[in-house]
Amino acid sequence: MLDILRRIVLWGGLALLCLLPMLAEALGEGFYITMMNRVLILALAAMSLNLILGYGGMVSFGHAAYLGIGAYTVGILAYHSDAWFGTESAFIALPAAMLVAAILALAIGAISLRTSGVYFIMITLAFAQMVYFFFVSQQEYGGMDGMQMWSRSDAGPIDLSDNASFYYVVLGLLLVLLYAKYRLVRSRFGLVLRGIRENERRMKALGFPTYRYKLVAFVISGAVAGLAGAMMANLSEFVSPSLLHWTRSGEMMVMVILGGMGTIAGPILGALAFLVLEDVLSEITQHWMIVLGPLLILIVLVARRGLYGLLDPKGEPK
Amino acid sequence: MTLLLFVEQVLNGLQLGVMLFLMAAGMTLVFGIMGLINLAHGSLYMIGAYVAATVQQATGSFLVGLLVALPVAALVGMAVEMIALRRLYPRDHLDQVLATFGLILFFNELVKIVWGPQAYFMAMPDMLSGSVDIIPGIPYPAYRLAIVATGLAVAILLYLLITRTRIGMLIRAGATNREMVNALGVNVDRLYTIVFGLGAALAALAGIMAGPILALEVGMGESILILTFVVVVIGGIGSVRGAFVAALLVGIADTFGRVLLPPAIAEMTIYILMAAILVWRPQGLFPAHA
Repeated sequence: MLDILRRIVLWGGLALLCLLPMLAEALGEGFYITMMNRVLILALAAMSLNLILGYGGMVSFGHAAYLGIGAYTVGILAYHSDAWFGTESAFIALPAAMLVAAILALAIGAISLRTSGVYFIMITLAFAQMVYFFFVSQQEYGGMDGMQMWSRSDAGPIDLSDNASFYYVVLGLLLVLLYAKYRLVRSRFGLVLRGIRENERRMKALGFPTYRYKLVAFVISGAVAGLAGAMMANLSEFVSPSLLHWTRSGEMMVMVILGGMGTIAGPILGALAFLVLEDVLSEITQHWMIVLGPLLILIVLVARRGLYGLLDPKGEPK
Repeated sequence: MTLLLFVEQVLNGLQLGVMLFLMAAGMTLVFGIMGLINLAHGSLYMIGAYVAATVQQATGSFLVGLLVALPVAALVGMAVEMIALRRLYPRDHLDQVLATFGLILFFNELVKIVWGPQAYFMAMPDMLSGSVDIIPGIPYPAYRLAIVATGLAVAILLYLLITRTRIGMLIRAGATNREMVNALGVNVDRLYTIVFGLGAALAALAGIMAGPILALEVGMGESILILTFVVVVIGGIGSVRGAFVAALLVGIADTFGRVLLPPAIAEMTIYILMAAILVWRPQGLFPAHA
């Protein structure tokens, strides 16, 4: 019964996602396209966090760093579009954002993964703060106030400045990466990663170089978060240190937990639920955080497996 | 760097250090004994400052504000512990981070509703508003000296409390083996609540003392919270002694970093310090459960 329900929700949801721009157009509610753009981009970010948090058991509290540096990479390349290295081309800026985020994740991961438990949580937070303060002090790039971009990246035949085309690009990226992640967590690599989550000492005893596996997962996760950041910068045509603020890292964790940790579709449900909740609550009261806070505590206390867990109550994390 | 500047910066560093110690002591105790990471520790710092500022405005006395705000913050802390946090002790760190993140959102919004979003300023107590010559000819604000003195006094009291009293003995025993303490007939739940209240009062004390120096605003707890994390991690989680050493270290490093280094690096000094120390000793300087 639930299995059927789950299928209906997942496939129905997917169909709805594909048709959304047309529906929104038909209803004359263009706002929903922008909102869903945000949802999908944050879903991408949450999905990247889920790889290390849900499958790898690494509680990274600094994921905003990769989101932010991805956004800044796009912003800075566009800012210098007159210089030899500047560009507004999406075909260069997006891979560059992923590369820079991957390098940052490699550096942070190489140090942080030497620690574990609470130390890991706090050191990833501290590194994210370093990146935050670094960009706050960059006066040339707007410092605390951030900087405006002239336009969205140029993606050749695809016109990113059109919200509907932008939406399909984000949706396409999300689905491709979702599939890639689906394959990844089922591959040998993914099995080792999940083994580490369950019992690192045992995996070590079996001869797996666990540190290296974790680091690779950490870097992949950082790169995808960088891509999400790049799309975020494009969506709002604005980058600022607020993308790097530590509460962002917290929000991403909330999305992962809300949707269902260690599940493929969970982070998307989580991002959607989080933004819808934000939208609905802020409509009722400007002090919506006062509801969200206790709600969050309640979710942690009673609904440990998230929204996806409601659809799949007895299932193993997939 | 002249001698004058040097002495001044050392004192500034100590002042930041003792504030961080007051925050870190509570956090590290709560972690060491209950195994709880409490992100909402900064909220108690904020509540302490706001309550003290309100009472001070009503009565005109800083001291009355201090004396009212400390028990209020302790009670708020104990109430939060009994309502929500108690259920999180057996959970993993991820759950604790998320739930206490929820608490931060709640408290920030609560303060915004009660006191409004604008920044508050707290008046300095008259008695301490002047300056004192630390070395003949070198004046230094008396209030900041008072902070250093208060912080050091609290550190000594805390040391005596933990090493010389019965409750301190229970705290240490609880940190080592809580099941055993429970089995010996100690009301562990009550012990935990008391420890939490103590940590809350210390955080509030830091917030109240910071009041006249910094502006009171929503979210003021978070900036110090993250510095406190750094201190707790450098000191070794669960170790009050480590928290003391690390707090002074971070206070001094941050202050001198701001004077000596270019701004882009200065903000990052302590995070670099933390990363370096963790590479060297992944469990911090004084691992509590070595």
